[in-house]
Amino acid sequence: MKHPIIPIVAAEVPAANAIPLYISETKIQPRAVRGWFATWRWTLVWFTQLLFYGLPWLTWNGRPAVLLDLTSRRFYIFEMVLHPQDVIYLAALLIISAFGLFLFTAVAGRLWCGFACPQTVYTEIFMWVERRFEGDRQARIKLDAAPWSAAKLAKKTGKQAVWLAIGLWTGFTFVAYFTPARTLGAEALGLALGPWETFWILFYGFATYGNAGYMREQVCKYMCPYARFQSAMFDRDTLIISYDAVRGEPRGSRPRGVDPASVGKGDCINCTLCVQVCPTGIDIRKGLQYECIGCAACIDACNEVMDKMRYPRGLIRYATQNALANRWSTATMWKRVFRPRVLVYSAVLLAIVAAFIASLALRAPFKADVVRDRGALARMVQDGRIENVYKVQLMNATERPLRLRIGVEGLPDATLDSAGEVELGPTEARWVPLAVQVPPQAARALGAGAHSMRFRIAEAATTTGATAAPFELREKSTFVVPR
Amino acid sequence: MSDFLNSTWSWFIAITTVVSLIACLVLLFGAMRRKPMADDNSTGHVFDENLTELNNPMPMWWMVLFALTVVFALIYVYAFPALGSAAGSLGWSSRGEHDADKAKASAEMAKVYAAYAAQPAEALSKDPAAMAIGQRLFINNCATCHGSDARGSKGFPDLTDRDWLHGGAPAKIEETITLGRTGSMPPMAMAVGTAQDVHNVAHYVLSLSGSPYDSIAAAAGKSKFTACAACHGVDGKGNQALGAPNLTDKVWLHGWGEEAIADIVNHGKTNVMPAQSGRLLPEQIHLLATYVWGLSQPRELAAK
Repeated sequence: MKHPIIPIVAAEVPAANAIPLYISETKIQPRAVRGWFATWRWTLVWFTQLLFYGLPWLTWNGRPAVLLDLTSRRFYIFEMVLHPQDVIYLAALLIISAFGLFLFTAVAGRLWCGFACPQTVYTEIFMWVERRFEGDRQARIKLDAAPWSAAKLAKKTGKQAVWLAIGLWTGFTFVAYFTPARTLGAEALGLALGPWETFWILFYGFATYGNAGYMREQVCKYMCPYARFQSAMFDRDTLIISYDAVRGEPRGSRPRGVDPASVGKGDCINCTLCVQVCPTGIDIRKGLQYECIGCAACIDACNEVMDKMRYPRGLIRYATQNALANRWSTATMWKRVFRPRVLVYSAVLLAIVAAFIASLALRAPFKADVVRDRGALARMVQDGRIENVYKVQLMNATERPLRLRIGVEGLPDATLDSAGEVELGPTEARWVPLAVQVPPQAARALGAGAHSMRFRIAEAATTTGATAAPFELREKSTFVVPR
Repeated sequence: MSDFLNSTWSWFIAITTVVSLIACLVLLFGAMRRKPMADDNSTGHVFDENLTELNNPMPMWWMVLFALTVVFALIYVYAFPALGSAAGSLGWSSRGEHDADKAKASAEMAKVYAAYAAQPAEALSKDPAAMAIGQRLFINNCATCHGSDARGSKGFPDLTDRDWLHGGAPAKIEETITLGRTGSMPPMAMAVGTAQDVHNVAHYVLSLSGSPYDSIAAAAGKSKFTACAACHGVDGKGNQALGAPNLTDKVWLHGWGEEAIADIVNHGKTNVMPAQSGRLLPEQIHLLATYVWGLSQPRELAAK
């Protein structure tokens, strides 16, 4: 069957409707909002920021509790000393984050964006500062339109000063994770900061100031990839911020105290408060849009109005598409929210988190690596004994001294040339050369060639204490008997 | 130094790069011309019955940033060696950066070693921190040939014994490490005589060190040893000025036995220790030499 060819229709568009391809985005002035969700958002602001700004100042064992020492390639996180060999834990952390993201996005949409994302958190803080200096939405719109005066200059300058201070403090805190905070503070006060420290403090500070002060929703709308792929993580049973059109339409104003049904109106009084509080400037009544960051400010605003009108809350609420389409009760909706997909994500996440915690708790207090000599593969020493030389790298992953004992397994009658006892200082890493010898009869029995064997490196009982079993590591290597 | 065999390629790269960058700006500003828009916020065209194309404008800040990146790129290709074989106005090269990094690292390392540079070997070998540095230097630079435990192997001397080819005083060891050594024994078959003569001389040499030997062959070979005495001494005790080994001890660097000795007599041997002066600082060599010297001293130091 031949498909019909549909011709492309040229457009006849009046020239007056022409627009440029690029426009300056108009500044969004969101209105302040109060409510259950707003309280939760601010709780998370306090929680995340106390953690971020506070951690670099805590000490542990006489050193910063959290220190990411890049020059010596050790990450100190409270009790743990992490080596580059521990990067698997970072991978595990990222996998946990990913599954966590899949889980809570499948349940309730963009919870990260609206409640925990640093872009949202810092924008909240900067908008609060702006409100303190310039007032709420109406006052700010008037101030921006007004001509310059001493009062306007004072307000704007004050706001800028506080914004810059927050930006610089944030940049300082960021660098304080890499250079101890007190050292960094002393350097800053003495104007003796290193070049890279200066660069990063200014860069990160400027990024905070620019993103939270000016870019705001532009980041969410254009830069952030999460906005774009959220649709892949939602399904019809995901809780999303929804305007109940069946209940709300037709919208319009009506006298107070009158039953809306009697005047042919829905619950929506078209106060447009939901649009005024939106930080991304959308109208949620058109349905969920990709710009919506799930901050639920519109829910809070509408609920406040519903309370004033003495209508039931929830005209804009968290609901699933299925629930709205089928007019389900809340109980039915929640039952469907915990569907197989969510349960599988939860189970996988739980398993990985448990494995992660267990693995961290059971870490060996030291790391070992064996490199055998290749230049001098094997040699014959006195009495015809065959000797191979190795370098054992031992890394103390704790901050207490460690005594280690090295032994050989898998080689009959093998002996070490030295006592095989090594004492490592706190966080010390050292290469220990040692030689393994095998008597001539045993070498003959093994035969010429490479034979696999193992080094057994164990913590000597004296340092662990009587009750704990000493940690042992076994490292494979080979013993070469020359032809 | 250019990788290109023909300057045409250099011009090709330079011209293509600059034209592409300018083309980006042309594309950007060209698209700024006004585009008509229909009342329904679309471009007005309708495809396949009901497909329309929205016409949401891009944010201006995006366009400004794009223009800034092009400007940055133009400055970059002018400053750095990006346009074909052009060297770039800053004269940067990866070799130059490497040399600068190396000089900076050497200057910082020199501070660490400065404290040790003045101390004599005997005192320095008792300093555990200095000897730990010495051991690390050894493992990184010397262990490939001499073994991690410095006991060497065939052709690579054992540094822990008291047998020195060129001298075992700390200053001599420093000299060996700095300048390197070339031990060359010429093939002596012509000077010694026939294969039977070589066999006899080999047994004479074996007799000098207390190894089992054929006494008849050794007696016959004694007179032929005069060819060897020029370097190894009449008594075979060697000559440290020449690096000629002591044949009367139990150290057989190139293999023990009649066959090994005959092989060396017939073919000679050139054994090279590479000079480390270009790779290590003099202060590092001082520490390293002290460490190596300490290996052959009786163990008075506490175990590490």
